[in-house]
Order: sequence, then C-alpha cells, then structure tokens
Amino acid sequence: MSAPILDVQQVSLSFRGIKALTDLSFAVEKGEICALIGPNGAGKSSLLNIVNGVYRASSGRIIFDGAPFDRPTPMAAAQRGIGRTFQNNALFHRMSVLDNVLTGLTRLGRCNLLEIAFRVGRHPAERRAFRQRADEIIGFLEIGAYRDTVVGGLPYGLQKRVEMARALVASPTLLLLDEPIAGMNAEEKTELSRLIAEVNRVFGTTIVLIEHDIGVVMGLSHHVVVLDYGRKVGDGTPAEVRRNPEVIAAYLGTRH
Amino acid sequence: MTAIISQAPADRPVLTPRTVLLALGLVILAVVPVIGSDYWLNSLIVPTLVMGLAGVGLNLLTGYAGLVSLGSAAFMSIGAFSTYNLILRVPALPLPVALIVAGLIAASAGVLFGLPSLRIKGFYLSASTLGAQFFFEWLFTNFHWFSNDSMSLTISAPRLAIFGHDLNSPVGRYSLVVVTTLLLLWLAHNLIDSRIGRDWMAIRDMDTAAAVAGIPVGRRKLLAYGVSSFFCGIAGALWAFCYLGTADAHAFDLDKSFQVLFIVIIGGSASILGNFLGAAFIVLTPIALDILVQALGLDGIVDHGTVSNMLRIVFGAIIILLLIKEPDGLASLIGRLARRLSARPSRGTP
Repeated sequence: MSAPILDVQQVSLSFRGIKALTDLSFAVEKGEICALIGPNGAGKSSLLNIVNGVYRASSGRIIFDGAPFDRPTPMAAAQRGIGRTFQNNALFHRMSVLDNVLTGLTRLGRCNLLEIAFRVGRHPAERRAFRQRADEIIGFLEIGAYRDTVVGGLPYGLQKRVEMARALVASPTLLLLDEPIAGMNAEEKTELSRLIAEVNRVFGTTIVLIEHDIGVVMGLSHHVVVLDYGRKVGDGTPAEVRRNPEVIAAYLGTRH
Repeated sequence: MTAIISQAPADRPVLTPRTVLLALGLVILAVVPVIGSDYWLNSLIVPTLVMGLAGVGLNLLTGYAGLVSLGSAAFMSIGAFSTYNLILRVPALPLPVALIVAGLIAASAGVLFGLPSLRIKGFYLSASTLGAQFFFEWLFTNFHWFSNDSMSLTISAPRLAIFGHDLNSPVGRYSLVVVTTLLLLWLAHNLIDSRIGRDWMAIRDMDTAAAVAGIPVGRRKLLAYGVSSFFCGIAGALWAFCYLGTADAHAFDLDKSFQVLFIVIIGGSASILGNFLGAAFIVLTPIALDILVQALGLDGIVDHGTVSNMLRIVFGAIIILLLIKEPDGLASLIGRLARRLSARPSRGTP
C-alpha cells in the first residue's frame, strides 16, 4: 500500500483554552473520497482550515503528499495542490462565473506585469490556455449556460458548483469540500453527489468532505472519519462506521 | 459540453455598443481640435480628460481592488514635481521618458504608502494615504529644491516637445493629453481584463477566499497601489503642465483628492468610461452653473463671493441627488439607456 496522500498526526487545536481538536490522527489514501462526519462543533471545519493553512495547529503535524507543512498558509496549500470550498459560499460575488473560475488559475500564471499590460510575449498563449482550461471545468460541472453570468445572482446550488469549479480548475491533488450539498433539495443533492463522484473518478482527485446527510455520505465515500467534541470516535469504511457502537452513541444518538 | 466549448473562442461580436462608443469617442477627439476653439480645448476638454485619467488611477485601486485612498492628489503632485525636476536637471531626457519615470516615482510612493494595507482593512486604511496627502504637500512647500528655489514655490511648464515637435500650443497640449490618456487607458484595460485585474476584483469581493484560491493577496494589493499611483502621477504632470501651466503644491491639496474620489463615485466604480463621465461632471458643472448665473443676470445683484459659495452648495446638492437616484454612478445610467435604446431581449440569466 502506498503512503497516504494526507496524514494527520496527533493534531490539536485550541482557541484561548477551548479545545477544538484533541490529538487527532487519521490518514487519507490517494484517490479516495473521505468523509468527515460528526455533530455541529465537532471540529470538522477547523480541521479543514488547518489542512489548507487558514488556521495553524497548536500541536501535531500534517503530512501532505509525503512532506510536512512547515509554515502553512492558504497560498502554500494552494501551491502544493490543495483546493477548497467553504461552508458558506466564498465566491467573488460581482464577477462572472468564468472570471471566478479563472481566479483559481492565477497562481499558475507565468507572465510578468509588462507582458500583461502590453499583451505581448507569453501572455496571449497563457490567456488562451487559461480560458480553455476554465471552460473545460465549467463544462464538466455543467454550468456552461451560466458562464458569463455574475455569480451573486445565481441560486445557491449553482454557486456551490462554481466554487467547486474554482477549486478544481488548477487540478488539485486534494480537494476539501465543506458541506457541499447542505441546504439543497433532494434532486440537487443527487446531482451534486454524482458530480463529486465523477470528479473523483475522472480526475483521480482525492476528496475530503464534510457532510451531515448520512445517506449521501454512506453512498459516496470510501472512508468515513467520525469526530465528536474534537476527538476521533470512528474511522473506517462506511459499513464499519455504521456498526461502531461508539459512533452510534456519539453521533446517531443512543437508543433508549 | 461541446456546445460550451464551441461558444468559447468567439469572445464578443465585433460591433458591440462598446466598440461603437469607442469609435465615436476617437472620432470626436480627432475632430475637436479642428472645429473647437482654444477655450474649448484648454478649459473644457483637457481638464476633463486629465481628471478622468486620475479617476482611472483611483478606480483601479478603489473600484477594482477595493482599497481606499484619500491621497490621489499627493501622487499627482509627485508626478508633476518629478516631471519638472527630471526635465530641468536631465535636459537630455525626452518628455515621454520623463513622464514614465515620474509615473514610476509616484508608483513607488504609492507602494510605500500602500504598505499598511497588508495589515489594515477598510475605512481605517484611508489614514495612510491621507498621511501621504499632507506629507507631500508639506514636502513640496518646505523644500525649495523641488521647485528649483523659485520665490513663489511654483513649477512651470517645461519645454513640451516630442522629437523636436513643439507642443506649447493649445492643440499641442491637447494632443499630448489625448495620446497619453489613450495609451494609458489601453494599458488599464489590458490589466483589468487579465488575471491581475481578476485578482484585484477577487480581493475586493472576498480576500480570504482569494488567498485560498491561490492569489498572492499582499503582493496584488501593493501592485494596485503602485499602478494606481503611476496613473495619478502622470495625470498630475499633465494637470500641471498641460492645463494649469504653472502649479504649486497647493494645486494638489486634499480638495483635489476628494475631486478624484467624487469622479469615481459619480462616474461609477469599476468602470473606465464612468471616470470620464464623472470628470466631465466635476469639471463642467461648475462652469455651466457659472454661465447660468450670468445668463440670469444674477451676477450684478449679488456679490461675487456669495454667488460662488451658492454654486458650491448647488453643486453639492446635485452630487447628493445624483447618488440617491443613481448609486452605481453615471456609467450604469448610460448603460441602462443604451440597453433601452438597443432594446434587445436580455440573454443568459434565468
């Protein structure tokens, strides 16, 4: 078995003495869909924030693709190939769908200021390549009809897809999705779950997602990690986690 | 998916309202010196274009990158004083080079005073550029070297010449302003319509998400201050030498900074065309009001000071009214009118 793509080692996080995560360890294998589940406040989003450098862990290590993060920043995480969507959409509201997606490519840009200002040198080719790549992803996520629409006015479900397109456009090796299907109706949930599975299958992207809808999680994921009060209480395949009595007690509620 | 890719290469049809407007503008700019009087050129068009250019400078920073500045006039004065000293002390320097170097000097000052933007956000950030406003006015007033030890602390237009062509005539100055403005507008357009412009807008809309998407937020903010000040610097040089002729540091006071800010607000943020509409409004409305007063014969009845104060109040009232009626600025008003005229069914949006 190859080394895991993401190895969380004894990570703890506290905010002014309040422990959000305690001594958390788990590993995500390359190419799998791993779901983080647990009640609200269990520390799921905090963990994603540590992985992509928004927060810094109080202790412990994150090994990504064989190398640890020394000074994690969102930029460094993006550069190493970690894409991310947020629980409450974090789109650029006054920009079009295409422009939002294109921002995901900016860090791959190689032209300097003068090439851009005078539209010379490498710029025309880079511009064409970026547009083509963005259109590919927009097509893949089936939002082509809204390509030139300003995202602020789009329905929530489509905004989620735009955010996913922005995270995916630079071909990340690891994609972090924070509640990608929350607040959607049944039909939208099915659609987006299908797309997430397809991203995983077609691009081979490793996906770590947070989700509350247990039905969707069990159908979509290869691997489930259960958190409760910042501790890991379950880790395994969906079937294993479903049988784990501690998980049932902590997350699904004890039977009386 | 094929449908999406097939529509991708053709970005826009060739004949959009924008291209028509652009062509019309170019024709007008070319025809005006032939039919217009010197008064038209010197007192109406040149100041409108130059202030519009300064508006573009501030708009790149405020409208696109979402950063505030109350120091536009300070960066304009740096451009003016730099051009003056460069041409004075390095006579071999051709005018275009002097303007570019002066712009770069203004740009570095902009980056310096933009440094607090790495730590401070929003309204409080304006303190930094407000500081620049007072600092440079003080610097150019108190260090006489900058005005070549002239008694009046003024700088006057250097020889304006390009490749031996003397530009010291109304048409010459007008041409210099038009060509410089068009060139800079082209650069501004290219920047806005590139990944740099997108990065700026992304930072404006949500800076944490911008960082997560891989945008170097700090560097882009400083670049915005630099580019903005470059534009303001060149606009300042044009203002001093193509419009005023003779200027001192007080020609670039806080009032001027606010004028540039109003141009952006009235014209519409994140709109290039809007800046020139805003500039036309700021430059021309006081003149129009003046003419109105004379036409009504009020000039003889009330004393001059009262009239000019009244005009300021009226001017302010018009600004307030305009902002209530059209909060997105003149550019969006024009855009709506254009859409109504062309009366096409809107497309794309559900």
